[in-house]
Amino acid sequence: MRHHRSHRSFVGLAIASAVLAASCGSGDGSDEASSGDTVAVGAPPNEPRTVTSGDGVEDVSGVTLVTYDSFPEADTSLNDALDRFTAATGIDVQILVAGDTGTMLSKAALTAGNPEGDVMWGIDNSFLSRAIDDDIFEPYLVGGIENIPSELTELVPNGEATPVDFGDVCVNYDIGWFDDRGLEPPSTLDDLIDPAYAGTLVVQNPATSSPGLAFLLATIDEYGTDGWQAYWQALGDNGVEVVESWTQAYYERFTWAGGGPTPMVVSYGSSPPAEVIFADPARDDAPTGVIADTCFRQVEFAGVLRGTPATAEARQLVDFLAGADFQNELALNLFVYPANTTVELPQEFTDHAVVPDDPRSLDPVVIDENRSAWIDEWTELVLG
Amino acid sequence: MSALEVIDVGVAFDGVTVLDDVSLAMVSGDITALLGPSGSGKSTLLRVIAGIIRPDRGSILIDGIDVTTSPTHRRRVGMVFQDNQLFPHRSVIENVAFGLKMAGVDRTSRQARSADWLDHVGLHGFGPRTVTELSGGEAKRVALARTLATEPAVVLLDEPLTGLDRELHDHLAGELSTILRAAGTTALLVTHDPEEAATVADRSIHLADL
Amino acid sequence: MNRLPRSVVAALAAVPAAALAVFFVWPFATIVSEALSGAAIRDTVTRRSTWEIVWFTSWQALLSTIVTIVIGLAPAAVVARFDFPGRGVLVGLLTAVFVLPTVVMGAAILALLPDALDRTVLAIVAAHVVFNLAVVVRLVGAMWELLPTDMEAAAATLGASRWRVFTDVSLPLIRPALTAAATVVFLFSFTSFGVIRVVGATGTRTIEVEVWRRATQLGDLGGAAVLTLLQLALLGVVVAWSTTLQRRHSRALGLRLRSPRRVPSGRSEQRVVTAIVVGTFAVVAAPLAALVIRSFSTPTGWSTAAWTDLGRTEIRPGLRVGVDPWNAVVNSLTTAVWATTFAVTIGALASLAIAAAGQAGRFLDAGLMLPLGTSAVTIGFGMLITFDVAPFDWRASWWLVPVGHALVAVPFVVRATLGVLRSVDPDLTAAAATLGASPTRAWYETVVPYLWRPLAAGAGLATAISLGEFGATSFLSRSGGETMPIAIERLLGRTGSILQAQGYALATMLAAVTVLVVVLTDRVQSFTRPTTSRRRG
Repeated sequence: MRHHRSHRSFVGLAIASAVLAASCGSGDGSDEASSGDTVAVGAPPNEPRTVTSGDGVEDVSGVTLVTYDSFPEADTSLNDALDRFTAATGIDVQILVAGDTGTMLSKAALTAGNPEGDVMWGIDNSFLSRAIDDDIFEPYLVGGIENIPSELTELVPNGEATPVDFGDVCVNYDIGWFDDRGLEPPSTLDDLIDPAYAGTLVVQNPATSSPGLAFLLATIDEYGTDGWQAYWQALGDNGVEVVESWTQAYYERFTWAGGGPTPMVVSYGSSPPAEVIFADPARDDAPTGVIADTCFRQVEFAGVLRGTPATAEARQLVDFLAGADFQNELALNLFVYPANTTVELPQEFTDHAVVPDDPRSLDPVVIDENRSAWIDEWTELVLG
Repeated sequence: MSALEVIDVGVAFDGVTVLDDVSLAMVSGDITALLGPSGSGKSTLLRVIAGIIRPDRGSILIDGIDVTTSPTHRRRVGMVFQDNQLFPHRSVIENVAFGLKMAGVDRTSRQARSADWLDHVGLHGFGPRTVTELSGGEAKRVALARTLATEPAVVLLDEPLTGLDRELHDHLAGELSTILRAAGTTALLVTHDPEEAATVADRSIHLADL
Repeated sequence: MNRLPRSVVAALAAVPAAALAVFFVWPFATIVSEALSGAAIRDTVTRRSTWEIVWFTSWQALLSTIVTIVIGLAPAAVVARFDFPGRGVLVGLLTAVFVLPTVVMGAAILALLPDALDRTVLAIVAAHVVFNLAVVVRLVGAMWELLPTDMEAAAATLGASRWRVFTDVSLPLIRPALTAAATVVFLFSFTSFGVIRVVGATGTRTIEVEVWRRATQLGDLGGAAVLTLLQLALLGVVVAWSTTLQRRHSRALGLRLRSPRRVPSGRSEQRVVTAIVVGTFAVVAAPLAALVIRSFSTPTGWSTAAWTDLGRTEIRPGLRVGVDPWNAVVNSLTTAVWATTFAVTIGALASLAIAAAGQAGRFLDAGLMLPLGTSAVTIGFGMLITFDVAPFDWRASWWLVPVGHALVAVPFVVRATLGVLRSVDPDLTAAAATLGASPTRAWYETVVPYLWRPLAAGAGLATAISLGEFGATSFLSRSGGETMPIAIERLLGRTGSILQAQGYALATMLAAVTVLVVVLTDRVQSFTRPTTSRRRG
C-alpha cells in the first residue's frame, strides 16, 4: 500500500506545481485607478483608508465604491470619469462588486455600521425602504442637489441617499428571433402567459436582483395584491426561467446579447439603444424591442455608508457621482437616464430608447410594508 | 537508622485487597530480594514505596523521614522498571544524566558523572547512542546507571532480570550484584526466581511473611 | 499525589474553553434568543413552506441513505473479505473522495450528469451517494472483517445458499454497523449545504439552505434562527433513536481477531468480485474524471481557455462576475494557514488538558465536539449575528472566518492527538518522577514530546477542512474576501458560459490541493510512528 500512496502523492505534487506555474502568469486585472501624479490630500477629520499605489511609492487616500455586478470595473468611459475624480482630488476609487442589487443590499444590511465599503451605488426604489430601515446609510445632502428633479429627491426626504439615475425595467425581446418564426412578439403582460410563448422568458430572482423585483412589482401593479399569485403560477406553468442576476439573464440567457436560448428577458427600456451603440457590424435600427406594458419605473440611489472611516472622501465621491462629469457617462455605460438635469443625452439614446408614456409604479409605503412577504410568497410559488 | 521502613501498609483495588498490613525494614547498604508468586502485590509494594501508588493506610519512612504524603520526586527513591522506561526522545547519556539535571547539577559535571556511571555498568562509549538501538541487556544497564547516578536513598528494582534469556540473565545477575555492592546502595529487588534472589541479594524475604 | 497541579491543567484548558465559550456557546445563545424574539417562532411554524422544506430535507436524506447503503454493501463485503490487486487504491480513493470539499463533489456530479439531469434531486442523491460510499465501506467493512468466516461456512454446510447466508447470518450480525453507517450518512445528507447549493436548482431548499437564504438574502434572522433550532431538534431525535437501535442490536461476537482475507477463488467468484470492484471504481472515479474533462469544455468547443483565462471573468468589456478566482485562491490559502494555526494551537492545548485532567477532561472533550454536532451553517450564522455590536464588532475582522474554520477543525485535531497522548505508558512519567522530576516537569518530558507527530497529522486535516469549508464561510465572507468554494459556487451557476468551465477548473484545482494535503498528512503519520522503548533480547 505504501507505494500506491507515494505514487499518488507524486501525482499530487505534480498537479500542485502546475497550478503554481500557471498562477505566476496572471498579474493583470487590477482595477486601481492610475495614481501617477496624484495630489496628496491633507489629513481629513476622520481616519482615511489609505491605499498604496501600484508601485508603492506614496500613500494615497482612497474610498471603496460598493456596487452591483453590471457596473464596469475598468476600461469604460465611466471608469475614465472616476480616474478624473482621482486626478482632481487625490482620492483613489476601488470598485467592489457585491453581486446584484438585492445581494448587495443584504450584505450591507448585515454589515451595517461596519460596511464593506464607503459609498454604495445602485440601491433602487424597490429596495430603498429596507436600506433605510436597516440604517445602512449616513444621510448626506449632495452638493449640486438642485440639479436633481424634486420627484426623485422626494423619495428620500431625509437625505439618506442621493438619486443618481432612473429608468424603466421592461421585458425586452429579440426582434429577429420572433421575425424568423413569424411570431408576433407579446405586447402585454397577459400575453406572456400565452402558451404560444412558452419557455421564451427569463426573469431574475426578486430576492437578489432589482430588475427582478421591479418586474414582480409591475405584475402586482397590474393584477393586484391578490391576483399576482395566479399570474405567476401561470408564468411558471408556461416555462419561465429564473436566474439570480441581470448580467446572467441578459448576457448569458438572452438570445441577442448572450447567445443563449431565451428570446425575452427582463431588462431596461434603455437596453435597445445599447445594442445599437455597441452593434458590430454597425446598424442604425435596434435589434431588440421593449414591451411597454411591462415597464416599471426604477430610480437608483447612491449614498455614504454608515460607519465608514473616510466620511469626507465618501462625500466628495457622492458629489462627483451626482455631478455632470460622471452623469454624462451614465447613459452609454449603464443604460439609465441621468438624474442630473444639466446633462444632455447622447443621440442614439433619444433615437432608440423606448420611454413609456405611463410606466408602472407602486406607492413606496406599500412596497415597504409588503416586500418581504411578497418575495417569500413568490419564492414558494415560483421556486418552491 | 533504617534506610527504609514500611509500616503496616495496606492497599486495595476495587475492593480486592492487594497488600494487607505489610511491614518491612532495611538498613543502609542492605540488598534485599522480595519473593512471591506473580500477582501477589510485590510490584504494588514497590510502587507504594516509590510514591506512584498511594496506600490506603500505613506509612513509609526513608532515612527516618515520613514520606507517605510526599510526591515521588521528593522521596529520593530510585526505581528500575521491568521494561526499563528509557526516554525514547533522548540519547543514552541524556537518559543517564536526567536525574542529575533535575537535581540542578551543571552540564559539565553531569556529563562527567554520567560517563562514569556508563563505565561502571560496562557501557563505555555508549553515550551518544539512541535508546532504541540497544539490546535488552544494554538497555537494562542504562536504566540501572540512570537510577544509580542520582545516588538515591533506596533503589527499587522491579523484576530486573525477568524475560532475559538464560545466558544474559546469569551474566547480568552477577554484574548487578557487583554494581550494587560497589555503590553501597540500599536496594529492594522484586523477583519470582529464588536463585536470582540468592545471587544478587544479601537476604530474601517472602511477601506472604510480611 | 503525582498529579499535574490543578493550576497547570487549568492554564492548558483556559484557551480552548474560552474559545469555545466565546465563539460557539455565545453565538448559539444568540441564535436561541433571536429565535425567541418577536413572532419568529409563530411565523415560521405557521408558514407552509417550513414543513415542505422539512419534508424535502428528510426524504432526500432518507433516499440518499438507502441508496448509499444498498450500493455500498457489496464493496464493503468485497473489501472486507478479499484481497485483490488495487484494494489499497480503492480504499484510498474512497477516503480521498470523502474528504473532498462539498462544492467540489457537487461540481463533479454536475460535470458528470447530462444537462437534463443537472439540478434535479437525482443529481443531489448521486452526489450524496458518491460522497458517503466511504462511510459504508469502512464502517460496515470493518465489522464484516470481524465476522468469523467459519460461521458462514457452518451455515453453508447446513444447506444455506450464498444469498441466504448473507440475509440470515451475515446481515443480522453486521446490523449495528449498518445502523451506524446509515445514521452517519443520513446526518450528512440531512445537513448537506454545499451539495444542495451547487447541484440543486435555485429553488431547491433544505433546512440549511433556507437558514442561509433567510439570513443573508431576506434579512429574516428570527426565522433563520427558528429553523436552526428546529433542525437541531430533529437531528437530536435521529441520533437518539439510532443510538438506542444500535445498542439493542449489538451482540458480542466473541472473536476479536480479524478474519484473514483471501484471494477470490473460482471463476464465478472472481467475476463477481471483479465486477464489484470495477463498478465501485467507476462510480467514484467517474465524477472526478468528468470534472477535469469538463474544465476543458467551453461554449466554443474544447480548449484550455477556462484554465488560461482563469483570472478573467469578463462578461463584457469592463463587466466582470463579482468574484476573482485567483484572488479566491489566495484568500483560501491565507485563511487555511490561519485556520490551521488556530486549530492546532487550541487543539494541542485542549488535548494536553483533557489527557491530564482525568474525569473533568470529559467536559472539555464533549464541549469541543459540539461544533461538529451542530452544523457549519449554524456556526457561521451564530457568529454573524453575534459579533456585530461594539466592542465585539468582529464581523469585519480578517480573523473571523479562520476562527470559524478552526472551530470545525479542532475536534479532528483533538481526536488525532488525544489517543496518542493517552497511550503514553504512565510508567514513563513515573520513571521521570523517580529521577526527581516534578509532576509538571515529568509530564513535559514524557507526554508532550508525543504530541508533535499526531499534531502534524491534525494540522493537515485542519488545512483540508479549511480549504473546503463552505457553510460557515457563506455567512461570514465579505465581498472581495471570497474563498475558492464560494467562487466555485458562483461560477458554476453561470450555466452555458465559459465561466462555468472556469468553475470546473477551479474545482479541479481545489480537489487536487485537498488530495495533496490529505496524502501528505497520511505520509507524515505513517512515516513517523512514535517510538516507544521496545523489549529486545
